[in-house]
Amino acid sequence: MVTSPRLDAVRAIVSEVRDPELPSLTIQDLGVLREVRFEGETVVVSITPTYSGCPALGVIAEDITAALRSHSFESRVETVLSPAWTTDWMSEAARAKLMDAGVGAPGSRTCPNCDSDQTRSLSEYGSTACQALHVCESCSETFPYFKTHR
Amino acid sequence: MTAPTAAGVLPTYVLRLADDLLINAQRLSEFITRGPELEEELAIANTALDNLGVAQQLYEYVSELEGGARTADEIAFLRAEREFTNCLLVEQPHADFADVMGRQFFLDAWHCELWPALESSGDATLAAVAAKAAKEARYHFRHSAGWVIRLGDGTVESAKRMQRALNTLWKFTGELTTADELDRRAAAQGSGVDPSDLQAAWQDRVGEMLDEAQLTVPADRYQATGGRSGRHTEHLGHLLAEMQFMQRAYPGMEW
Repeated sequence: MVTSPRLDAVRAIVSEVRDPELPSLTIQDLGVLREVRFEGETVVVSITPTYSGCPALGVIAEDITAALRSHSFESRVETVLSPAWTTDWMSEAARAKLMDAGVGAPGSRTCPNCDSDQTRSLSEYGSTACQALHVCESCSETFPYFKTHR
Repeated sequence: MTAPTAAGVLPTYVLRLADDLLINAQRLSEFITRGPELEEELAIANTALDNLGVAQQLYEYVSELEGGARTADEIAFLRAEREFTNCLLVEQPHADFADVMGRQFFLDAWHCELWPALESSGDATLAAVAAKAAKEARYHFRHSAGWVIRLGDGTVESAKRMQRALNTLWKFTGELTTADELDRRAAAQGSGVDPSDLQAAWQDRVGEMLDEAQLTVPADRYQATGGRSGRHTEHLGHLLAEMQFMQRAYPGMEW
């Protein structure tokens, strides 16, 4: 990976942009941020959608542009589709943040509320394209579950 | 429909893939607020959103291939019925939840074969869109096939309605796996796939699930075609009237 103080600075700005639906996670945590580079004086940021129709992607692109503009950088946001996003790109830190926010981590059976593993699927779809609805048999709470996608 | 030039094969081929998804998404959206339970509305709305997302990417690609003569929105909202090349299956109306799931089951089964095949398309953009769509299609299929099994292997009444839906829709499924001249040319160029090569796999996938659902694969041999060349059933015009209303009434309107 190419580094320079200026590039490190813009990378730090961009990687702090948050997902509008899951504000405890950054786009870096989610694996949505693919690349940051300079083309002359313009910062070019590549992002990838989680799901094809994810409406958050447009908001994320606007937030990136706004964050960079507040530091006086001109930018362009590009969408890349290949390789296709997978939940395998989410970091351990991201999974922990999800659980803290009350969202079950992909591939995990653990209830984010009581840590029981006695959970089951209630609905394979939920409030956003990337989430399903699970329920815990121990504490009886329903919780959003981040769908495994690979 | 006049045959496209060699350069026109790819955009015309991509357009038909997109039309299937857009029209299906519109049909699914009609079911929102009419679902049997809230979870089902979310499931159907999410499936529609995934389909719409892929359609949008493909329309944008068509627009790019055409040199920007039309935008993605213009392609979706300002074409007339005869210019749509979606298959007849996706435009079929529903009166019952079993109709919705039957239509989606046949389509998802098809997409579970089509998208993985297109992942090795020689066209990099189409391959990238297909790789994402393939993952989503597998998830959709699990949902629609799950309902076909639950209704088929459920009560006498649910099995009767599910079988009736499958029987009604069956005559529109042959078109999915029937190759026309455009499919063959896209396949020959290495950008598309010949749908008839996927016919056996689709049939197996559908047959296996219907067996599990204790339902019968419909035996009707008559298969309606025409969607690929813009000759649609009477239902598409009504669907477009609703879908395109805003752009027709307020030309150039944007959100």
